[in-house]
Amino acid sequence: MISPVANFISRAVVQGIPLLCGSTGEIITEKSGNLNLGIPGIMYVGAVSGVAGAFFHEKLAAGPLNPFLAVVIPLVCSLLGSLAMSLIYAFLTVTLRANQNVTGLALTTFGIGLGNFYGGSLAILYGEGGALSLKATSDVFRTALPFAKNLGSVGLVLFSYGWLAYASIVIAVIATFVIKRTRIGLNLRAVGESPATADAAGINVTRYKYGATCIGGMIAGLGGLYFIMDYTSGIWSNGGFGDRGWLAIALVIFAIWNPDIGILGSILFGGLYIIDIFIPNLTRSQQELFKMLPYIVTVIVLIFTSIRRKRETMPPQALGLSYFREER
Amino acid sequence: MSINAALEMKGITKRFGDLVALNNASLTVRKGEILSILGENGSGKTTLMNMISGIYFPDEGHIYIDGNEVVIRSPKDAYAHRIGMIHQHFKLVDVFSAAENIVLGLRGGERFNIKKASEKIRAISEKYGFIIDPAKKIYNLSVSEKQTVEIIKVLYRGADILILDEPTAVLTPQETARLFDVLRRMKEDGKAIIIITHKLHEVMEISDRVTILRKGEYIDTVETASTNEAELTEKMVGRKVSLDIERSEPHDTADRLEVRGLECYNGDGVMILDDVSFTAKGGEILGIAGIAGSGQKELLEAIAGLQQLSGGDILYNDPKSGVTEDLRNKTPRQIRDLGVRLSFVPEDRLGMGLVGAMDITDNMMLRSYRKGKTAMLERSEPRNLAKQVVDELDVKTPGLNTPVRRLSGGNVQKVLVGREISEGPTVLMAAYPVRGLDINSSYMIYNLLNKQKDNGVAVIFVGEDLDVLIELCDRILVLCQGRVTGLLDARTAKKEEIGLLMTKGKGAAKND
Repeated sequence: MISPVANFISRAVVQGIPLLCGSTGEIITEKSGNLNLGIPGIMYVGAVSGVAGAFFHEKLAAGPLNPFLAVVIPLVCSLLGSLAMSLIYAFLTVTLRANQNVTGLALTTFGIGLGNFYGGSLAILYGEGGALSLKATSDVFRTALPFAKNLGSVGLVLFSYGWLAYASIVIAVIATFVIKRTRIGLNLRAVGESPATADAAGINVTRYKYGATCIGGMIAGLGGLYFIMDYTSGIWSNGGFGDRGWLAIALVIFAIWNPDIGILGSILFGGLYIIDIFIPNLTRSQQELFKMLPYIVTVIVLIFTSIRRKRETMPPQALGLSYFREER
Repeated sequence: MSINAALEMKGITKRFGDLVALNNASLTVRKGEILSILGENGSGKTTLMNMISGIYFPDEGHIYIDGNEVVIRSPKDAYAHRIGMIHQHFKLVDVFSAAENIVLGLRGGERFNIKKASEKIRAISEKYGFIIDPAKKIYNLSVSEKQTVEIIKVLYRGADILILDEPTAVLTPQETARLFDVLRRMKEDGKAIIIITHKLHEVMEISDRVTILRKGEYIDTVETASTNEAELTEKMVGRKVSLDIERSEPHDTADRLEVRGLECYNGDGVMILDDVSFTAKGGEILGIAGIAGSGQKELLEAIAGLQQLSGGDILYNDPKSGVTEDLRNKTPRQIRDLGVRLSFVPEDRLGMGLVGAMDITDNMMLRSYRKGKTAMLERSEPRNLAKQVVDELDVKTPGLNTPVRRLSGGNVQKVLVGREISEGPTVLMAAYPVRGLDINSSYMIYNLLNKQKDNGVAVIFVGEDLDVLIELCDRILVLCQGRVTGLLDARTAKKEEIGLLMTKGKGAAKND
């Protein structure tokens, strides 16, 4: 027997994983003082790069896929795609000290356009009905633990997901540990809080900003990859990713810059995002009202943290500001 | 070269563009010694120290540590040579604990051990008598505790040469006494300590020797025991230079502005103005002298209604109606409409008065935009005013449509002052109006102020050059750490006298 609650939770988790990747990546980026609003675009590019890799791999490989290559090729393609996007952002904002908001928003517009162009082209050329199916690769990504099916509700809630879901949670846990407990994390936080102080203490501010932006971007890109390869079962259709990128950024605020809180937050957001499906007899417009819930929760969190004004729950102090040593 | 010299600097010269910040300066500090560096604002003290700590690189000269010549290119190099600097503005991360700030940037195991660090911090604290909780967050610390963290940070890195840039500026007398105890203990421990300060009584109290700088020139180094405050002041301010500024006798003076017992705290909870009282008269120029940051900015802003006050009154006698009004109950705009004008020049000239990207006409409109009769902007009047200012004050500009940012410093200043005086103010406040200007532009500004004075305006002039203050002003009010330490007649005041009043510490002021 599988209870409806377990069913809902498992759906919420699947829905939340892309948000978790996006928010973990954005938290790491923001800890270095870079407000990367290009995350939705980077996730989009992460998705379409993975799709391209998987598509050509499926096309070239005759017969059944080698499961190892079926995972590694889309993964590497996705990471490279989001890395390239992150490098654009880092170069513009850190090296050229361009406005972070403008750069980020431009990058999102660019990333979504890029994704729709290449993904859409592939879908039109090789897909059916405007969508491209990569079922063979997706099946590899979606392989769950074999015993999950025999454990009923418990198996569904805990063990039924593809490996990338577990990887995302592990990444979030590691990110929390690194940020809070290691020297690198301390230095990273110092860069985001007060780059001048970090600089005076001998920390290479530029290197940390580049590093955090690139690693954060690549983690966020995995969210896009998960969305295509696991959530949609390998089907690319333009615009399918929706507003999940922005939801990931909202999740950063909800998690008050803690990736570990982000894990729970992502499941909550995932649940709120699909709760309308589980409530019977809703009209179309009522469903849309429910879709607002994650954003409303975020606004409430913002209101509360702003009222309390506790220093630990505030964004990094130098968030959104470029650092220039000679500007003393 | 003395055998026990910890640090020696020889023939150090540093230029910033055309400006020579330091010319051929020398300095020696021995192990187990406290050396004071004394000088006015802009004398090059901090520049000199920044070259030891790796922030600036000298253009000429040599630095020796323990007798060996060294090259210091970055703060990291300085640490490697066991030099540590405690900056005037603390470099600390607010949301980190004291211990985290202290170990920041250090190499070591990737998983840092905050407990071990805390133990080492406790050991250092006990040795020198600091009181600090390593786990406390910086934003919960008082100013003096923050300073303690900075000092421990430097000691933690193993510094043997410590530089403190005006460490007592933010401290209460009791905290200062405690700091000095710590410094003496470090001295006994064989550390070489350099302390920058403006306060003569502190120099006399703490240091073994004093190096004096004046306007970027090295003046002298003397043993503290064989000198006195008067001699140090004379060396610091130098001989009087005659400037030949025209000064008319004030006539028809009337009390215009009465300031009584002003009190004000800054964001850190430090008292910035402490019981400041004076009267500004129409038809005279009241000079305000003081070391930078003694409360001049807050005082002017308080009168203009821009500063939150915790106590005191500002009474304004309206020359037209004869009514006395309390400016504390008025908004900045109401105060402006009464004729009180602030021509304030913050650190960067364009900061508060003008918008750099806008042209002269539009900047004139910043004061008159409310006067238009329709919803549309009325440009002809401001343009006439701009033309008038440009013509009368001889502003060098390619045209009225040039963004003011592109004008030179003197011309920007003229535009600002020109606008402020155009509507016939009754009180004109000018802070550092000649900072960075060449001689001719400076005299132009002096003449403008004098003209206002002759028109019966109460002019308040905050300046840094004592020669100018003595020759331009009628009376000089001296501020030191937010307190009034003297009110002098500028015609009879001596430079040394003002210098002494400026450097009177809080502690000394209370003892008198």
